[in-house]
Amino acid sequence: MFSSSDLSALWLTLELASITTLILLVLGTPLAWWLAHTRWRFKFVAEALVALPLVLPPTVLGFYLLITLSPGGIIGGALNTLGLPALSFTFAGLVVGSVIYSLPFVVQPLQQAFTQMGRRPLEVAATLGATPLDTFFSVALPSARRGYITAAVLGFAHTLGEFGVVLMIGGNIPGKTQLASMAIYDHVEAVEYAQAHWLSACLLLLSLVLLIGVYALNRRFDLVRAR
Amino acid sequence: MSPDQIILQIDLPRPCFHLRVNVTLPGRGITAVFGPSGCGKTTLLRAIAGLEDAVVSRAESRIQVNGVEWLSSTERLPTWRRRVGYVFQEACLFEHLSVQQNLLYGFKRNQPAQAAFDELVQLLDLAPLLLRHTTNLSGGERQRIALARALLASPALLLMDEPLAALDQERKQEIVPYLERLQQHLAIPMIYVSHALDEVVQLADHLLLMENGTLVGDGPVSDLLHGHPVLAQRDDAFALIEGRVTAQEPEHHLTVITAGDATFYLPQLPAAPGQIVRLRVNARDVSLCLDYPQRTSILNILPARISRMQAGIGGQNLVHLDLAGQILLARISHRSCCLLELVEGQPVYAQIKALALMK
Repeated sequence: MFSSSDLSALWLTLELASITTLILLVLGTPLAWWLAHTRWRFKFVAEALVALPLVLPPTVLGFYLLITLSPGGIIGGALNTLGLPALSFTFAGLVVGSVIYSLPFVVQPLQQAFTQMGRRPLEVAATLGATPLDTFFSVALPSARRGYITAAVLGFAHTLGEFGVVLMIGGNIPGKTQLASMAIYDHVEAVEYAQAHWLSACLLLLSLVLLIGVYALNRRFDLVRAR
Repeated sequence: MSPDQIILQIDLPRPCFHLRVNVTLPGRGITAVFGPSGCGKTTLLRAIAGLEDAVVSRAESRIQVNGVEWLSSTERLPTWRRRVGYVFQEACLFEHLSVQQNLLYGFKRNQPAQAAFDELVQLLDLAPLLLRHTTNLSGGERQRIALARALLASPALLLMDEPLAALDQERKQEIVPYLERLQQHLAIPMIYVSHALDEVVQLADHLLLMENGTLVGDGPVSDLLHGHPVLAQRDDAFALIEGRVTAQEPEHHLTVITAGDATFYLPQLPAAPGQIVRLRVNARDVSLCLDYPQRTSILNILPARISRMQAGIGGQNLVHLDLAGQILLARISHRSCCLLELVEGQPVYAQIKALALMK
């Protein structure tokens, strides 16, 4: 069934997806909030930047990350002078890559949820004496819960399927930066189809279950609303 | 500066109009803001609540409510510190909370509360709804909850932006008695925006008339009704007579109301003797006689004196009558005015069919 390196690749994939999703929910919230509420003229530029990872070949993104994160790059070099290791070929580097790669999958549903909610509930909360921060946690967050669930699942599932970006910046070091998608590729290269099957089926099922969960939940919300 | 008044100086430029208001309102009772749609009524309320602070011109504006400065050139309280209650046109209940949690939202955040939870729940008949979810409530119920939620935040001023506009006629009549009850029980000043004159006169004491972002009238409701051309020239012009219920005649299905020496008979009202009520008397329902009419079916024949004659359009004149210190309006054809030789100062009898009278 699964070899120990397969298991560790699978485990690493889940770990990466979880951490990436958490970071994206935290970073994506203010970004999506700003995009939903700003009246800035050039907001569309920011929106295009957020959407870029949707259309860019992952290898392009990975390539640019590689040259900035490696010891000779801007960020990698800066980290080195601070006495920290560069990020290329490390798990931290994978996280940085995944965060950028999955950004639109988290920011867009959140932005949509905030836009749909509008300003009115926030105004009502303010007239009832709630501070802006209080309003965010007591009104905006619970009202956007559906957007958060969609964002979390899409961000997680999309990171599971990552291949191009991580291949470029993470290399393919078993137990350290080798993810399930790369392990499958290696198995196919080595004509180990049985093992490729197991891992592929595993990812397929996981993604399907997650998406079914989201759609079922959305349907339930609709039903509650319609009642 | 008196603590018992509301000072509004608001200058707010908008692309389609410029809101310029400078007025001092009584610090108690209901002030109605009346005007056509798009004249800036809602913008005025939003500016008072601090929801338009980004566009309001700070140098020209000042808002002070019963002694507390909300906005001036040097100071600005954000909305959440203004202690303002706001009832929007749609109830805007928090969908993720139950009815009770909605009510408690502002109550918890404004402790120590001046509002009494149980009293308001009782005044607005909300007890049976408390445990319900916000979905599946009628429009009237939702608006009552929104009203209670705003009041439970112990506001220093309650703003209502056409709270009845989204309701059908039946539901409106369901809410109005609640608003009247609140007005009697609570000391909170209220500003009530509406483009429906009947709501305004049922509820308000003071009236602001708005057109194109500016005030065109300001004064007690009963004075403006006959004194302001915008209202007196309306086809449905009417006057308000305030009187006291003195008797009920159930055998005739009538209620008797006295205002000074004048006695009015009108279709039975659910009111207790002694209660003060406002009668709305349409100018077109009032006719005039020079002599006391004998043997007539009309129940209300009231001695009055012509205080003013106003030529109207289409051969119709508006006659102002002094009726024991209150003003009554009569719309009379120009021909009748000539035939009867009506002049200012002349004593006449005003006739009103009982069935035309309403609260």
